[in-house]
Amino acid sequence: MCTAGRCLRSGSAAFFLSKPVDSRVRLASARLLCSASSDIQKDLGEMVKKDKVVVFMKGTPAQPMCGFSNAVVQILRMHGVDHYGAYNVLEDQDLRQGVKDFSNWPTIPQVYFNGEFVGGCDILLQMHQNGDLVEELKKLGITSALLEAEKESK
Amino acid sequence: MSDPCRPVETSIRAKLTDALQPEHLEVHNESHMHAVPPGSESHFRVLVVSPLFDGLSLLQRHRLVNTALQEELSTRVHALAIQAKSPQQWAADPSLGKSPGCLGGSKGDHTVQSKLQTER
Repeated sequence: MCTAGRCLRSGSAAFFLSKPVDSRVRLASARLLCSASSDIQKDLGEMVKKDKVVVFMKGTPAQPMCGFSNAVVQILRMHGVDHYGAYNVLEDQDLRQGVKDFSNWPTIPQVYFNGEFVGGCDILLQMHQNGDLVEELKKLGITSALLEAEKESK
Repeated sequence: MSDPCRPVETSIRAKLTDALQPEHLEVHNESHMHAVPPGSESHFRVLVVSPLFDGLSLLQRHRLVNTALQEELSTRVHALAIQAKSPQQWAADPSLGKSPGCLGGSKGDHTVQSKLQTER
């Protein structure tokens, strides 16, 4: 559904704001000229590939606004993953609905590894518990902090 | 057995039973743990044990659950925590997961408010 009327009135340029809020995590706020769903889908196609690990969440890694989103942040942090693309869907309702359509997944948070949809909080938690997360991070070229801690204890 | 006071929970139970033929099914309304009014049916946790999950990845299993509950998820249900186990996995670990504490994200969230309003 194209909302061209709103686009013309907004008058703002289409661009991605990449604001390094802190040195560890890059927050990207997507501001789109036209809210047509096809544009959002195209932008999301680029967003999920921009970083090895991408999380669509409520709030930010520094201040999550949802327990499930916070769980994702905490699990990643436990593995030493502090550098990832984090998108706050509460800032942008078009993004919030757009990512659900893009992933064909009805809820937030949503996790992507290397542009591929991994799942939500439940899946990430189970991957963490059964050891799969360490393996998947290795495939991304990321050595889990838990693996290093295990080596040191031996 | 449908409970007129809990239409969403009843619907979830019926649809998951129909779609996934579970050996074990638990549907928990966790709305009371979140920033929504008492009596809401917006946040759920489901545990589904089904032989249909054998050989499927976690993502595939969760997608089956999502598809079965597509209508609820696009209207009344704001959050759905899923545990999808094969019968062997359930036998090895018959435990229900716990949802993390609410961080108040639903408060003042107009998307959640509009979902709750469809209940009235």
